[in-house]
Amino acid sequence: MSQFNEMYQGTKVRPPYARLEDWVAAMPQELRSLKQAEAEALFRRIGITFAVYGEGGDPDRLIPFDMFPRVFAAAEWAKLEKGIKQRARALNAFLVDVYGRGEIIRAGRIPARLVYQNEAYEKAVTGFVPPKGVYSHIVGIDIVRTGPDEFFVLEDNCRTPSGVSYMLESREIMMRMFPSLFRENRIEPVDGYSEKLRRTLASVAPKKCQGEPTVVILTPGHFNSAYYEHSLLADLMGVELVEGQDLFVDGEYAYMRTTEGPRRVDVIYRRLDDAYLDPLCFRPDSMLGIPGLMDVYRSGGVSICSAPGAGVADDKAVYCFVPEMVRFYLGEEPILNNVPTWQCGKPDDLKYVLDKLPELVVKEVHGSGGYGMLVGPKSSRDEVERFRAKIVEDPGNYIAQPTLALSSVPTFVEEGVAPRHVDLRPYCLVGERIELVPGGLTRVALTEGSLVVNSSQGGGVKDTWVLAE
Amino acid sequence: MRLTVDHVTRYHYDRPVRSVVQSHRLQPSAFAGQKVTDWEVTVSGGTRGASFRDGAGDMVQGWTVAGPVSEVTVRVQGTVETVDLTGVLRGHKETVAPECYMLATTPTRADTALDALARQADGGDPLALAHSLSALVADAIAYMPGVTHAHTTAAEALALGEGVCQDHAHALIAVARVRGLPGRYVSGYLFSDADGQAHEAAHAWAELYLAGLGWVGFDPANRCCPDDRYIRLGSGLDAQDAAPIRGIARGGGMEEMDVTVAILQASQ
Amino acid sequence: MLSRTADNLYWIARYMERADTVARLLEVGSRISLIPSAHGYRSEWDSLLQATGMAEAFARKYGDPVQRNIESFLFFDRDNPSSVASCITSARENGRIVRTALTTQVWDALNTAFQELKALERRPRSELELSRLTEWVMRHAAMVRGAIDATLLRNDGYNFLNIGYYLERGDNTARLMDVKYYVLLPRVDFVGSGLDNYQWTTLLRAMGAQRAFHWAYGGEVTAAKIADFLILNPQSPRSLTTCVAGLSNHLGRLAKSYGRETEALGHARAVMAGIEATSVEDIFDEGLHEYLTRFIAEVAALAQAIHATYLNGEMR
Repeated sequence: MSQFNEMYQGTKVRPPYARLEDWVAAMPQELRSLKQAEAEALFRRIGITFAVYGEGGDPDRLIPFDMFPRVFAAAEWAKLEKGIKQRARALNAFLVDVYGRGEIIRAGRIPARLVYQNEAYEKAVTGFVPPKGVYSHIVGIDIVRTGPDEFFVLEDNCRTPSGVSYMLESREIMMRMFPSLFRENRIEPVDGYSEKLRRTLASVAPKKCQGEPTVVILTPGHFNSAYYEHSLLADLMGVELVEGQDLFVDGEYAYMRTTEGPRRVDVIYRRLDDAYLDPLCFRPDSMLGIPGLMDVYRSGGVSICSAPGAGVADDKAVYCFVPEMVRFYLGEEPILNNVPTWQCGKPDDLKYVLDKLPELVVKEVHGSGGYGMLVGPKSSRDEVERFRAKIVEDPGNYIAQPTLALSSVPTFVEEGVAPRHVDLRPYCLVGERIELVPGGLTRVALTEGSLVVNSSQGGGVKDTWVLAE
Repeated sequence: MRLTVDHVTRYHYDRPVRSVVQSHRLQPSAFAGQKVTDWEVTVSGGTRGASFRDGAGDMVQGWTVAGPVSEVTVRVQGTVETVDLTGVLRGHKETVAPECYMLATTPTRADTALDALARQADGGDPLALAHSLSALVADAIAYMPGVTHAHTTAAEALALGEGVCQDHAHALIAVARVRGLPGRYVSGYLFSDADGQAHEAAHAWAELYLAGLGWVGFDPANRCCPDDRYIRLGSGLDAQDAAPIRGIARGGGMEEMDVTVAILQASQ
Repeated sequence: MLSRTADNLYWIARYMERADTVARLLEVGSRISLIPSAHGYRSEWDSLLQATGMAEAFARKYGDPVQRNIESFLFFDRDNPSSVASCITSARENGRIVRTALTTQVWDALNTAFQELKALERRPRSELELSRLTEWVMRHAAMVRGAIDATLLRNDGYNFLNIGYYLERGDNTARLMDVKYYVLLPRVDFVGSGLDNYQWTTLLRAMGAQRAFHWAYGGEVTAAKIADFLILNPQSPRSLTTCVAGLSNHLGRLAKSYGRETEALGHARAVMAGIEATSVEDIFDEGLHEYLTRFIAEVAALAQAIHATYLNGEMR
């Protein structure tokens, strides 16, 4: 399997990386260690701790940061941007449709069962169109690259994709440590993200809101692994960071408890699951959440971002149909392709998967964080056989994909610089407008040959550069 | 039939609570089988909150009560003109896809016994099948108050062989799903006439989705389809999802609830 | 400002001030215990625990008040919510929760204290001298306080921090003075003796107020002068009058910026008026211990009013 190294074409350096060759060459081992220690100290000092959604783990843990940037040329990014925005539009059109008339299902383009019997489908919001027709306001799309012009979407995150704080802080730290790099290379800034996010959230204020909307971020609390990110975004946007206990419903509106009495809240950017929003609606046995919030939401008293029910679009089984959504709703051909995927729930697909198991990557439909998956070529015969038994037992719970030759980017390792596999998560903002900050979260598998980039499994992060034209 | 309703729910807290939030589905459904003449819901000390019609066609009304308060009374009073449509929910506007009601919840999940019961039903067409299922449930679970409780599942009620209308409805939903029919839980009122049937006036039954007919009500507890003695309020996947009153009190003591329902035939 | 944010700020201040006081108490205890202790029916250490209201919790865990155990209990013990370690950890955790309401400098000061604490906890106890430990606490408490004063915006958050500081400090000064009551209770004949003076001086020293006292009063150290200095003198940074004036001031600023007078402010003003109308003679007529006990109860009631007004989110 030939692997694409994003820096080299044969022995020649690809243009976006041109100036980095000298940079690395001019950095002696001692300086590198010094800089690496400095970066780590900076991360620790600002208190950034991190875990990608659902990975859990120690809340005070630092994720490894690799100083070697990952670079996109303007033209490469332009194509990605178009593809990402197209996908974000299609996903939102799908959500509005399946909570409305369900045209795509009536047209037979996606099985009804996948949608209506999906755990993430919220019957409680059917018939309701959120402001501006947007369900997923922050779409995180995980992308891998296999060649100069070959990008594949690995999965969509329509609920509350995390990791954007790493995009922002990696850049901060790189600019502090290597200002000359930013003078020599024309790198598009990413710090407009928070302002764009604020504008996006304000643009979906509910119809009953008059004047400048009050936006808040709703966090599960300071024990959450992404608490730093919640607090950073609240700080950058200049909005309150609230917990469920800070909010309450009175009459037709939601309020936060302040030292000056109740203050009305118009837009809630929530960083917790639907199940924890309103015990009256989702979990009658729970004391968590804000009782009555869903009634206020449904009657247009408050906006919730992402909208409850958005999760039905990012399920791994629904993922297979996203290209179909692009064609159905937008009448366009998808710019970004899915990874070919076999659904073990289908008998033909299952047969193929079981035949080729040692060559495939198999994932649980609802799993995340690199757990509950099989990377065939990297697994022992025993592991493959054990996984085979799990698939046979509950085929509908698994999908399989070919093992992709993920691109690699030079990375600082013990022995110097060596290629390591990467993926990319850009964050697309959808409100009145669709916007994409030029950059994203590049995750890197620090173990040689590894294809698993999750931070819980030895992954790190890099600064992601998009060069100006 | 012209039915009058007087439904009072009294919540008592042994220590005053800071606030109470409720979400009501207490408005008679809008469909061809019933017409509201007058209807009023009051909550003692309550502020009327958000109101909207949800995807299942139910009118939802939020309420908040600012504390400290140790007693909250919800009173429903009104008159409804009903017609017998033999259970068919004609003219009811809703957007939720019937397939959504194929999703099992804890109380409506079929175990092997429910699965076996479902397979005993026969019927050439969906309507006959539905009647057969309803009859099987009525035979398998005898009406017996006090045996089951609010969280009893259909499987548990079947094993006991006894239960109340909630258990009948859960069981019918479970067996219908086994046979490929979407089923849902309906809450409402039942006028019990002079023939002495002692079934509670706050009642529940099931609706099954039948191709060609749409949603049709079945009441295994009374071995019939809802007619003009029934007032329909709202629906859901199970009793909890279809509850006419959902509420939470914050910062207080234990809650006690007391319900009285009187359904009378108006004398014109 | 969110009520929960205000509550967290208020507690950052209270915890830091409490850590400072506990360190000073340890200092008082060790100094008093250095002089011959053939007097009294209970040891000085026990008196100290009595005064802080921690005696019962200590007895439950450790039994007899042995100095080393008391040091552990007051400094390192996480089971004791008022130990230095607990206070610094809680202050830093509260700071992390409201990170965005703090400046980098304040957060740095809190976080550095916490990180150094963790390093201290890893070292063998035999290497840690008590005087070094208490000095360490006071230094970090001062750094946090300094960062707040030097860098924080003078908004409502600043007021809540100060309210926490003054409330805790007033309570603590009263309790520290009361240690003297417990130590001397059994032997009235010590009054005016060399031992009595030594104990008062130790107390002043623990509050870092020895020099200030001499500048202000001069001459013999007497109970009356001490009471005046620590209760009634508005120049003394730890006196009860200074603390209550600070509380009134910051509650007043809140009331002004929020445009509404509150029960808490009325309460603080009443306590202030009470102190202003009091003379040293009044205090000794009532009995110092009785006076301090009453003051501690008044401060607790004031804290309750502040909680109900601003911090529990129930204001309408």
